[in-house]
Amino acid sequence: MKNSINIIVVAITIISVVSCKKDSKPNYQYMPDMYESVGYEPYGEYGVFPGSQEAMLPAEGSIPRGWMPYDYKNSNEGYQQAKDSLKNPIRYTKANEEAGKALYDIYCAICHGGQGDGKGTLVKREKILGVPSYDDPGRIITEGSIYHVMYYGINTMGSYAVQTNEEERWQIVQYVQKLKADLEGKTVRIDSDVVEAIKIEEAHHEAKEEDHSNAHH
Amino acid sequence: MKQVKYRNSASRLLLLGTVFLFSLLNPVFAQDETASAAVTESAAGGDIAKGEALFKSLCASCHKRYKRTTGPALFGVTERRSKKWLYSWIKNSTEMIASGDADAVAIYEEYNKTAMNTFPQLSNQDIDDILAYAMVIKEKRPKPPVIEGEVGGSGSAVSTNLILAALALVFLMLVGVLFLVNKTLKNFAEANNIELQGREERTSIWKAFVQNQFLVLVVSILLLLASGYYVYGYCMQIGLDEGYQPIQPIHYSHKIHAGDNKIECKYCHSSARVSKTSGIPSLNVCMNCHKSISEVADATATADYSKEFYDGEIKKLYKAVGWDEATQSYTGKTEPVKWVRIHNLPDFAYFNHSQHVSVAGIECQKCHGPVEEMEIMYQHAPLTMGWCINCHRETNVKVEGNEYYEKIHKELSKKYGVDKLTAAQMGGLECGKCHY
Repeated sequence: MKNSINIIVVAITIISVVSCKKDSKPNYQYMPDMYESVGYEPYGEYGVFPGSQEAMLPAEGSIPRGWMPYDYKNSNEGYQQAKDSLKNPIRYTKANEEAGKALYDIYCAICHGGQGDGKGTLVKREKILGVPSYDDPGRIITEGSIYHVMYYGINTMGSYAVQTNEEERWQIVQYVQKLKADLEGKTVRIDSDVVEAIKIEEAHHEAKEEDHSNAHH
Repeated sequence: MKQVKYRNSASRLLLLGTVFLFSLLNPVFAQDETASAAVTESAAGGDIAKGEALFKSLCASCHKRYKRTTGPALFGVTERRSKKWLYSWIKNSTEMIASGDADAVAIYEEYNKTAMNTFPQLSNQDIDDILAYAMVIKEKRPKPPVIEGEVGGSGSAVSTNLILAALALVFLMLVGVLFLVNKTLKNFAEANNIELQGREERTSIWKAFVQNQFLVLVVSILLLLASGYYVYGYCMQIGLDEGYQPIQPIHYSHKIHAGDNKIECKYCHSSARVSKTSGIPSLNVCMNCHKSISEVADATATADYSKEFYDGEIKKLYKAVGWDEATQSYTGKTEPVKWVRIHNLPDFAYFNHSQHVSVAGIECQKCHGPVEEMEIMYQHAPLTMGWCINCHRETNVKVEGNEYYEKIHKELSKKYGVDKLTAAQMGGLECGKCHY
């Protein structure tokens, strides 16, 4: 009898020790006050915030560093204005095109396809359907309309303004235009000549100023 | 059908067999059906198969057949409108609205002035094909294959559990039987006046052990060493969370998103490119896709997680972000999703994602493991200092396309007499790089 009691006691201790290891709970820490930040950590849960969430929208009216106002409205008229008059302010260099490609492959290619033909992985797997090719004759895209749609989203496509900054969006615009030119069999625009590039940049600058005054009218 | 798995195996096998047979036969039937339907429809003026291809490539981004999305559900559209009206609407809706067609203006207003794209490339025949596809009556999904998966999948899980339970029961019964046998034998012995051999006759093993002092010494040393080993091991793993796998408020499967659908890590964790933290995506990023994906495909369901389960998780997202499926608009009533943080460095260690992701170009999987295979996310790496240092010693610095540091790279390479610099040789082992 004594033996069996001993065995049971040992078995219970072993089981309880083994079952203490749980992957759904974090482990113990030696000095929690050295591990945990005194300041508020991103995405932390603290009582002082609404809903106890550190992650919040920026205060109304706050402007991130380097952010420039975008004058076109999120409406059909705004789209048309951007399509007609908004121009890409960056130089069309190879470096910008490569940067655009890297970003395009992250954010756009999953639906629009690596070639811009509307056949991304999600379309092939029939998760999202009806993604147009960039050379779709029914919706002729321009650098302005590409940027506008990225900024606000359109129909089922969401806005990508949170995931990219202004320069990155323009780099993507350059790459989308390259894909469009490839699909249509036209030559891809590259501003290689420095003198020419400066001229174009000046022209862009003027065009942009015009755009702004147009937008205000 | 669900009770089936608890019935005896013979009838279950029979049923599985029939289900399997049906699942084999079903596609054949289905093909016949669509073929015959196509034949009858093409007489009425539309080829369903062609229509389906056109619908999926042009219309499906805004229209579903049986559900309102950005635009109205298209099933029954030929009963609502005349063919002539539809031809001109689909080819150029903007023109029609501008011309003041009452129906056109009404629907434009109803759908928040969302302009439908123009499709000048479509012929009347193309539109007929699309309409023929849109008018196909919704068929109930053929259930057999799903049920087969369910029975087979959960059946196997249940059966292992059942087997274990049965084994445990048998074991307990054996123990009981042995006790009983022992008791009856003793009773017999007593009844027959046979004297059982007492244990007291020989010195017990315990006493013998205590008397042998050498043995006691050796055993206690061994015990001390062993317990020291285990205590050391336990102390060393305090503060480590390798394998930490908390239950998240929404069952988000990295396997489905990053594995099956091959969505880039940085699509959702976009700030990993440019910031210290990798960023937990805000829910609008989820809605980029889930605005149109409101339920998972049948093929997404696995033995462990049913389609209903996954659909329920998408509903949780809609509730949190305040998305009303019926009106396809945001209600403005949101609630935070309180994700449980898994990877956590102590406050005294500085780690910057952009430095590793953008500058060094390291794959996310190098530290986070095979995320694209994780149904439930867990911590792959120990995240200890030794682990960091090891990688810094082994990894070569990416020097290409970094003209700014060309000179110092060259000098350091000369100093160490190597072609390729490791992160450690660049100063990646200095205390102040991570602790300050």
